[in-house]
Amino acid sequence: MSNDIKPRIELKGITKAFPGVLANDAVSFKVEPGEIHALLGENGAGKSTLVKMIYGIMQPDAGEIVWDGEPVMVANPKAARKMGVGMVFQHFSLFEAMTVLENIALGMDGSLSQSKLEEKIREVLHTYDLKLDPHRIVSTLSVGERQRIEIVRALLLEPQLLIMDEPTSVLTPQEVAQLFETLRRLSKTGCSILYISHKLHEIRDLCEAATILRGGKVVGECDPRKETPTSMAEMMIGGNLKQISKAASREFGDDRFIADGLTIAGQGDFGVALDDICFTVRAGEVFGIAGVAGNGQNELLLALSGEEPSSPADAIRLDSHAIAEMDAVGRRNLGLCAVPEERNGHGAVVDFSLTDNTILTARDRMELSSNGIVYGGAARTFAGQVIDDFAVKTTGPGSLAGSLSGGNLQKFIMGREILQNPEVLIVSQPTWGVDAGAAAAIHQALVDLAENGSAILVISQDLDELLALCDRLAVINEGRLSKTLNVGEATIDEIGLLMGGVHGDPFATAEMTEAVHAH
Amino acid sequence: MTESLLIPIIMTIVGAATPILLAALGELVVEKSGVLNLGLEGMMLIGAVTGFAVTATTGYAPLGVVAAMIAAAASAGLFGFLTLTLTANQVATGLALTIFGIGLSALAGENYVGQTVDVFGSVFPAALAEHPVLRVIFGYSPLVYVSLLLVAAVSWFLRKSRAGLILRAVGESDLSAHSIGYSVIGVRYMAVLFGGAMAGIAGCFYSLVLTPMWAEQLTAGRGWIALALVVFAGWRPMRLLLGAYLFGAVMTLELHAKAAGFSLVAPEFLAAMPYLATIAVLAIISARKTGKSLAPACLGKPFKPSS
Amino acid sequence: MLIELEKRKEPSKAMLYLTPVIAVVATMLAGAIIFSLIGHDGFGAVRKIFLAPLLDTYKWQDLGVKAAPLILIGVGLAIGFRANVWNIGAEGQYIMGGLAGTGVALATWGMTGWWILPLMCIAGIVGGAAYAGIPAFLKTRLNVNEILSSLMLTYVAIQVLYYLMRGPWKDPDGFNFPQTRLFTDDQILPTVIPSTVVHLGVPLAFVVAIAAWFVLSRSVFGFQIRVVGAAPAAARYGGFNTNKTIWAALLAGGGLAGFAGILEAAGPFGQMVPQFPTGYGFTAIIVAFLGRLHPIGIVLAGIILAVTYVGGELAQSSIGLPAAATGVFQAMMLFFLLATDVLVKYRIRFASAAKAGDAA
Repeated sequence: MSNDIKPRIELKGITKAFPGVLANDAVSFKVEPGEIHALLGENGAGKSTLVKMIYGIMQPDAGEIVWDGEPVMVANPKAARKMGVGMVFQHFSLFEAMTVLENIALGMDGSLSQSKLEEKIREVLHTYDLKLDPHRIVSTLSVGERQRIEIVRALLLEPQLLIMDEPTSVLTPQEVAQLFETLRRLSKTGCSILYISHKLHEIRDLCEAATILRGGKVVGECDPRKETPTSMAEMMIGGNLKQISKAASREFGDDRFIADGLTIAGQGDFGVALDDICFTVRAGEVFGIAGVAGNGQNELLLALSGEEPSSPADAIRLDSHAIAEMDAVGRRNLGLCAVPEERNGHGAVVDFSLTDNTILTARDRMELSSNGIVYGGAARTFAGQVIDDFAVKTTGPGSLAGSLSGGNLQKFIMGREILQNPEVLIVSQPTWGVDAGAAAAIHQALVDLAENGSAILVISQDLDELLALCDRLAVINEGRLSKTLNVGEATIDEIGLLMGGVHGDPFATAEMTEAVHAH
Repeated sequence: MTESLLIPIIMTIVGAATPILLAALGELVVEKSGVLNLGLEGMMLIGAVTGFAVTATTGYAPLGVVAAMIAAAASAGLFGFLTLTLTANQVATGLALTIFGIGLSALAGENYVGQTVDVFGSVFPAALAEHPVLRVIFGYSPLVYVSLLLVAAVSWFLRKSRAGLILRAVGESDLSAHSIGYSVIGVRYMAVLFGGAMAGIAGCFYSLVLTPMWAEQLTAGRGWIALALVVFAGWRPMRLLLGAYLFGAVMTLELHAKAAGFSLVAPEFLAAMPYLATIAVLAIISARKTGKSLAPACLGKPFKPSS
Repeated sequence: MLIELEKRKEPSKAMLYLTPVIAVVATMLAGAIIFSLIGHDGFGAVRKIFLAPLLDTYKWQDLGVKAAPLILIGVGLAIGFRANVWNIGAEGQYIMGGLAGTGVALATWGMTGWWILPLMCIAGIVGGAAYAGIPAFLKTRLNVNEILSSLMLTYVAIQVLYYLMRGPWKDPDGFNFPQTRLFTDDQILPTVIPSTVVHLGVPLAFVVAIAAWFVLSRSVFGFQIRVVGAAPAAARYGGFNTNKTIWAALLAGGGLAGFAGILEAAGPFGQMVPQFPTGYGFTAIIVAFLGRLHPIGIVLAGIILAVTYVGGELAQSSIGLPAAATGVFQAMMLFFLLATDVLVKYRIRFASAAKAGDAA
C-alpha cells in the first residue's frame, strides 16, 4: 500500500456553513503531484471558501484534509505555507504603499536579511523568466506586475501545491499565455496546481483534471481536454446556456453620445489620466470599451456620468447638448444614466432600503420627489416595479440593499436605471461577480434597451462579454482609447495587443499606442 | 544674557514639548497600525492622576510612572475592546474615552488637589544638572531622555524591524495582512496598548514633572495638540520630534511673554496661540499634499474580514 | 473564552431601540457597583442621580431647562454625525453664539422693543454657524480634519470669552467683576409656565427637534445628509455634492449650538459670565449617540442626561458624591451604548477554544 503514489492533497467531506448558507457541502476530491487541477464553478459556488480552508484562513466545520497521505489540521496560513501550500489571491493581498521587496518579505515566515531575500527573488525571477523590480512601490505597478509579486512570493516557498484564485481575470490574453507558461514549467517540477476559474477556454488549455462545484457541492469531475466549453458550462450552471437574442440586422440612428477630445488630468497617486478620448455611440447601438483594469476605466466612467465634471463643455455631447461641465443630476435630467462598477457603496447604499436606493438616482426622472420633499410611497412603488420587472430576489422594497446577493443587487441597480428609460446608458462591468442566470438577464435587458433606440456604452474587462454584446468596441490603455473596431471583424489577438499585451517592453507599448492613435 | 534668558527658555521649551512628544509618539504607532484613538486626552489625564496618586502615596516617582502607564494602557485596552473586538466606531469611542478620562481623573484626583510631591530627581550629578550653562543638556527629568530614546527606538522599529513591517502592513491593508495570515486584531491591540502606556507617561509628565501637582483637566487639551502633531509629522517619528519642539516653543512664548510683562497683545490671545498655531499648521500641511495622503490607508476603518 | 461576531442578515430593529435602554440600565448597575467599591454609597448615588429628579415633580422644571440646550446641540451634532462630519467643537460654537447674542444685547442696552430678543437669537444662530464655518472652510478648501480644527476652536472661543469679560464688555458698574451687565427685560427670555424657571427656549428646543425629524426623514436634504454619511461614492453618483453637505452639516450644527448659547445667556444666566461654558457642547455628543442620531431619540436622551445633571447636583448636596461623578456616569453611558451597538448588526457567540484560529 505504501508504495502507491499518494495524492498531494485530498479533501474528504469538507463542509462549511455560514449564517443562512451552506458554502461547502461534503466536498471531496484529490489533486495528484504535478497535476494542474481546475476547480470550476460559478460565483457563489463555494470555490473561494474551499481554498480559504486549504490555506488555513478559515477552518471546516466537518471533514478532513489529507496532505501527502497524512490527515492535517491547517490552523492558519502560516501552517499552510509550512506544509508547502502557496496561494495567489484573486484580490491581491498586497500593500500598495510598500516596495515589492517588503511585500514579499511579509509573505515569508523566516526572517531573512533584505539582501539575502533580494538574491533569492532574483534567482526565482531568473528561473521562471519573469520581470520585476524589487525596489518599486507596488502602487506604481501594473496589474500584471502585481500578480507577479504574488507568484514570486508563492514560488520562493518552493510550494508543493500552488493555489491560483481567478488569476486571469485582470490579464491581457498575451499575459495569460505567459502565465500559463510559468505554471506549466512549475508543474513539471512536481508542484501541483489548483486552478480556480470560470473561464472555460483557459481551463481546457491548461488543466488536466477538473472538479466542478455548484451550490457548494461537487457536481462532477472531468478531463477538460476532452470536454467542450459548452459542456463544462452546462455542468457548471446545471442547465442550458442562454444566448443573447439580438435582431439579426440592426439599424442605427443618429450619433447620440459623443466624446470628443475628453482629457482629464491625473489625480493622486493611483489615478490614470484620460488623454484625448474620442468615440461616438449611435442611437440603438451597444458600444464597448475593453481594457485591463486600472487603465482609466474608472476615470472615464466618472467623467461620462457627471460625477467628475470636466471642461470644455463640448468634450462630451448628448444629442445637441454639450454636457461635460454638467453634474450628474443635470445629465440625468437630459437622459443620461450610469451604472458604476462597484455595487456596494457606489451603485447602491448597502445600509439603505431598496426604496431609498431608488431615491438615490431616480428621484427626478421618476418624480419620487418635488420641492425638496421625498415621496416615500412613490419610491416604494417604483422599487417594487424594479423588483418585479427584473425578477430581483428579495423580501420586498423595504429590505436593505446589503441583504441582496451580488447578482440580485446588480439586477436591481440595472433595473432602476433602465426603467428610467434613458437616452444614454453607461454601464461598467455589468456582470462582474454575477451568476450566469443574472448575467444573461442583464445582457438581454441591455440589448432590448438598445433596440428601443437608446445609446449604450459598456465598459468591461471581460472580452467575451463585449464580443457577445457589442456592435462596435474600442480598447482603453493607459488612459488612451484605440480606434473603434467593428465586432465580428476584430480578432482576439488584435484586441489583446491593443490592451497592452506587449507588457515588459515599454518601447513596444509606446509604439503600439502611437500606432493606434495614428488611425 | 544667555544664562539669564536663553537657557531658561530652552529648558521650558523642552519641558513643554516632551509630554506632547511622548503622547504623539504613542499615537503614531497606533495610527500606523490603522487605528485612530481620539482618546489621547482622556488617557493622559488618567495617567496624570494615577502617577500623582501613586507617587504621593508611595513617595517613589518611578513607581508612579509605571502605575500611570498601566492605568492609561488599561483605559486604552477598554478602547481596544470596543473598537477592535466589538467593531465600535473609533471616532465615537475615542471621544467617549476622553469624556470618561476627564470625569474619572477628576473623581479619582479629588483628594489629591492641592497636595505636592517631590520633583523627579535628575539622573546626572548635581555638578552637571545644576550647572548654570550645562543644565541645558543635563538638567532635565529622566523622562525627557526617555522620550528621546523612544523616538529613536520607534523610528528604528517602524523602519527596520520585522515586527514594525508587520505593523505597517496591518495599517496599510488589513485584509491583505489577514489573508497572508497575520492577526490584524492582535497587532492592533498591541499598538493600542502601547499608545495608552505612552499617553500615561505623557500625562504624569504634567503631574510629576512640570507642575508638579494635580488639578482637574491638568492637560488642558494638549492631547489634541499631540493628535494634530501626528498629522503634522506625516506619520514619521523624526519629524514628530521637530514638530513637538516647535509647538513647545509656541507654548513657551505665552509663559515668557507674560513673565516679561509683554503687553502689546492680550494675554488671552497668547493663551489661544498654541491652538491657533495648530490650526494654521494643519491647514498648511493638509493643503500642501492635495490628493496624496501620507496617512496609513486603513486609518480609522474597522477591520471586517469578509466571512 | 472568545467572542465571535456573527453578522445578521438585516440589522435588528429591536436592538436599535433596545440598546440605549440597555446602556442606561447597565450604567446604573455598573455605576452602583463601582461607586460602592471605591467607598461611596453606590446604590444611593444611582438612586439620587437617576431616580430622584424624576420622582420629585418640583425638579421637572430643572430637567426641562437643562434638557433644552442639550437637545438643540444634540440635534445639530446628529445632522453632522449622520453625514460623517465630526463636529466636536459645539462647545465653542455655543460660546460664540452666546457671545454674538450678548453683543446685540449690549448694543441695544437701554432700548426697548419686541424686536430685540429675536435679533439676539438670530445673532446667536449666525454667530455659532459662522464659527462652525471655519472648520467647514478648512475642511472643504484645505482638507483639514474637522475633529481637530473644531476642537481647537473651542479652546480659542474660551479665550475670546475671557478677553471680552475682562476687557471690552465688562459691566462698568460691576465693581470690576469680569462679567457683563444684566440683560434688560426685553433681552430676557420670558417664562412659559408661570412661577417656574421654564423659559421660552424649552418649547423651542422641542419644536426644533420635531422640525429636524421632518427634514431628516422626509426631505431630499435629509436624504443627502444620510447618503453622504453612509456612502460618499454613492452620494456623488446620486448627484449630491460632498463639500456642500459638509458646509450644511457644520452650519446646521454650529447654528443650533449658537442658538442654544444665546438661549442660555438670555435665559438662565441673564448676562454673560466667564463661567458660561458648562460643557453642554461635549455632553451633547453623548446625547446625540444615545438618541441614535434621531431627533426624537435625542429629545429622550436629552432628558436622560438632564436627569443625570440634576440628580448629580442632588447627590452632591445630599450624600456628598463628588461633582465629577456625573461626568463618569455620562461617559459610562456612552461606553455601554457603543459596546452594545454591536448587537444591532451582529449576533454574539461565545466560541470554544478549539475554533480559536478563526477568531484570531
